[in-house]
Amino acid sequence: MHAFDYQAPTTLREALELLSKPQQSARPLAGGTDLIDQMRVGRLTPEVVIDIKKIAELNALRVDSGGLHLGAAVPCYRICSERAIIDDYSALVDSCRIIGGVQIQSRASLGGNLCNSGPAGDSIPSLIALQATCLIAGPQGTREVPVESFCTGPGKNVLRTGELLIELRMPRRAPHSGSHYRRMIPRNEMDIAVVGVGASVQLDATGKTIVAARLALGAVAPTPLYAESASQLLAGQPVSDALIAKAAQAAREIVKPISDMRGTAEYRVHVTGVLVQRALQAAIVRARGEACDYRPGH
Amino acid sequence: MSTGQSRKYKVIGTRPVRHDGVDKVTGRAKYGADVRLTGMLYAAMLRSPHAHARIKRIDTSKAAAVPGVRAVVTSADLPEQGDRIVELGEGAANMPHLSSNILARDKVLYRGHAVAAVAADNIHIAEEAVKLIQVEYEILPPEMDVVKAMRSGASILHDDLRTEFASPSSGDSGPTNVAKQYLFEKGDVAAGFSRSEVVVEREFDTATVHQGYIEPHNATALWNPDGKITVWMSTQGAFSARQQTAEVLRVPVSSVKVVPMEIGGGFGGKIPIYLPPVAAVLSRKSGRPVKLVMQRADVFEATGPTPGSHIRLKMGVSKDGKIQAAEAWMAFEAGAYPGSPVGMACMCVFACYDIPNGRIEGYDVCVNRPRTFAYRAPGSTHVAFAIESVIDEICQKIGIDPAEFRLKNGAREGTRRVDGPTFPRVGMVETVEAIKNSAHYRTPLTGKNRGRGIASGFWFNVGLKSSVTATVNNDGTVSLVEGSTDIGGTRTSIAMQLAETLGIAAEDVNPTVADTDSVGYTDITGGSRVTFATGIAAVEAAKEIQRQLVERAALLWDCDPKAACYVDGGVQGPDGKRIGFKELAEKLHLTGGAVIGNGTSSAAQQGGAFGTHCVDLEVDPDTGKVQILRYTIAQDAGTAIHPSYVEGQMQGGVVQGIGWALNEEYFYDEQGSMRNATFLDYRMPTTYDVPMIDTIIVEVPDPAHPYGVRGVGEVPICPPPAAIANAIRAAVGVRMRELPMSPPRLLAEILKAQTK
Repeated sequence: MHAFDYQAPTTLREALELLSKPQQSARPLAGGTDLIDQMRVGRLTPEVVIDIKKIAELNALRVDSGGLHLGAAVPCYRICSERAIIDDYSALVDSCRIIGGVQIQSRASLGGNLCNSGPAGDSIPSLIALQATCLIAGPQGTREVPVESFCTGPGKNVLRTGELLIELRMPRRAPHSGSHYRRMIPRNEMDIAVVGVGASVQLDATGKTIVAARLALGAVAPTPLYAESASQLLAGQPVSDALIAKAAQAAREIVKPISDMRGTAEYRVHVTGVLVQRALQAAIVRARGEACDYRPGH
Repeated sequence: MSTGQSRKYKVIGTRPVRHDGVDKVTGRAKYGADVRLTGMLYAAMLRSPHAHARIKRIDTSKAAAVPGVRAVVTSADLPEQGDRIVELGEGAANMPHLSSNILARDKVLYRGHAVAAVAADNIHIAEEAVKLIQVEYEILPPEMDVVKAMRSGASILHDDLRTEFASPSSGDSGPTNVAKQYLFEKGDVAAGFSRSEVVVEREFDTATVHQGYIEPHNATALWNPDGKITVWMSTQGAFSARQQTAEVLRVPVSSVKVVPMEIGGGFGGKIPIYLPPVAAVLSRKSGRPVKLVMQRADVFEATGPTPGSHIRLKMGVSKDGKIQAAEAWMAFEAGAYPGSPVGMACMCVFACYDIPNGRIEGYDVCVNRPRTFAYRAPGSTHVAFAIESVIDEICQKIGIDPAEFRLKNGAREGTRRVDGPTFPRVGMVETVEAIKNSAHYRTPLTGKNRGRGIASGFWFNVGLKSSVTATVNNDGTVSLVEGSTDIGGTRTSIAMQLAETLGIAAEDVNPTVADTDSVGYTDITGGSRVTFATGIAAVEAAKEIQRQLVERAALLWDCDPKAACYVDGGVQGPDGKRIGFKELAEKLHLTGGAVIGNGTSSAAQQGGAFGTHCVDLEVDPDTGKVQILRYTIAQDAGTAIHPSYVEGQMQGGVVQGIGWALNEEYFYDEQGSMRNATFLDYRMPTTYDVPMIDTIIVEVPDPAHPYGVRGVGEVPICPPPAAIANAIRAAVGVRMRELPMSPPRLLAEILKAQTK
């Protein structure tokens, strides 16, 4: 591995100053579960690694009247053990529980998963389904970007030099809402999504009609996708198998997968529809306040 | 569970704690990566980015100039080999091929082929310096597919390669990638097929798969100014590694000492050497010990996986369910240099059955993939997938229970294989009976998209040469020094045979795996041979100790040694005299000093091992994903010395077989680069993917071993892909003939069947 400097600022201001130093390639380090491996194999060669775990704002985790505030460096295990998230933002917990094993979950953050911008990042479809907004700080101040617009290509995103993802914000959940993330992997654990689907639904008080829905798809295009038309066709409709199948078909129509060692393009198109149905069904069950029968990996 | 005979032994068949257990569970066991020597340098290798290219020029000057770099080597630093062929015990090695696989000479023949190496003060300097080596390549088209590589007009890997035909009259092949043809015939195949009411002929493909041992290859070498070379390494055979290293370096074998460290898995893949000569030459140039450890990607790209294959198999059966004739044609990827296990595959393909008329043809074919090497029953899993699938289809066609079919046609004592040999007493049909009588097979499987499959498998098991030295200690224990590296609990299984013969406890034997200067010549740990052959050596050593102890007792009693004999852990003399082993051991100093027993084994041949497996699984018809629900393996172990380790081998083989069946494969792009050289994307099963594997140890003692041992390590990997394919057929009605039966492949077949 090449030689590099390590900095661990304790304030956001310091971190931003370090990031915007000219003529120096810098990379923020949260859990490091992607970064360290990419440096080990020589894919990334930053001159300075900036550990952001010691910055208070990036470790914030709170649910208030405005919704969920998730600091960019919060590790998965904290998300999984937060009651309010388990109850109201279930898809996030589904994601965090399948990102690596226990050791990885103790370090890896959703901010890191998003900034790595892999098409198959397991948290991104959940964040899209839960309508997350990215709070980004930089030399010119802060800006907000909807999470579905954050990734721009495999490993690429909207962050400009000197910018840092601070927080992910998700709106307060409406009553009778449920969400779910699931993925297809050939094994039952320790794998990367061949297709991943995040779904969020809000039902009416009877639990029979969908008020609003958001579907997001991973590993089927250069970036995770918000399946807008599939989501919109569900709104205002009574829950039925035919409706869910229609949404699945609409989702299949927007994917642009590749064939690689993880699956063929045809396979991914087909399985997108299968997982949209399963994810929607589980989200609906949860929205009705019932427990959904879901074993990760199966 | 075990179907074994009533226990007639005191130690054999019990389950003592393994002798190396504490070191292993406390992390104190020393592996190759733990070696740290004073002044030690760390080395990194430059590997080819191309699958097939001619090396025009190598410039190492920039790397050599980096501060902290102590030595740089290329193939120019290894001696020329001419066209030498060297006998290595378990087979002959073509020295120019062995040497240029270690450091590429004129051409690189696969991505990851080693080209140069740098030794430096630390690994980071070495890794950065290696990137500064400039190599000019002339890129050639790669041949990646075994069938395409056989065609005329294929890109040729070795200009001087000519096919070694089965019949010498076949003439000169001209430049080719086909290294060797195998041909075996028995009876009248055409007549056999004409007598058959049902004939099924199918084609099968299997993928290149890797052993997937957790510990990467490693070697630390010190080349002393006096010409003595010491290598600390992970190997399945210290003596084989010593000889390979000496031959590559062209130094006398006695000037190399190999110290085998603990081994973190081998499965056949740690028989060949890759690193010791490179570390040794770096050490000679730098005057310092040099350590070289592979990365995981190097292990995948540049060590010896088992080949992919293409197999065509035809079988004819009469209405009464008797096999009349069978024919197989197969081509195996040798990888970059000749030497696939296709010859063994030819001998295994029909071995489970009594085939009156048969023909087997096999081809060893070079392709631009790493040189393949042994992997657990090399070649047998490939052909078991083909024949056991065809048999399942035949059983379906004629409406016979697949267990009944195997009982009716299974190989027995006296069955002559198509390739010639006649079986001694073997346990094929007993394993089928064990499955047929198992709770698993007798419990009906219910539920949608679920299916059950069975399959059998065969592996020869070898004998080869082993040595041990056993020294009786004054406190009544025995120090046992052996040359077999321990990859499956063999310290304990060998110690138990010594203990049984001496009538002492297994815990009173202290086994040690020694370096090549400290024990007699011992062949590799492979071929399921160690508990068998090194076990025989231990029994011989124990008998020698018995003989000496009888003499010592006679001395104490002042009687003729002929009047005394060794019985039940002690010596019995005239007039009811008796002295126990421990008591006699205490008196060794009074009776002439140390008692040392040496034992060797060289001629014994094993009878062969069989297993039959039964699997239940469920297919998700929307995603093509398979869940294994229940798995039972019945295997003939001859006599199970330590049943826990026998069960462990059976379960381990099944798990690897499940991986091979469902997901494992080398995935290459158009340029011949492996795209999944990580454990993330090379998908071996995790604990979440396999149920508890139920084991049934069948014991049909092998007459060639004093306690009836049969090797158990390899045959359990053979049946799983076929058993799983048969179960998938039962679950969703599609027959998979290509491995792995991964979700995309299985879903495509399911969807194809639905639209029909």
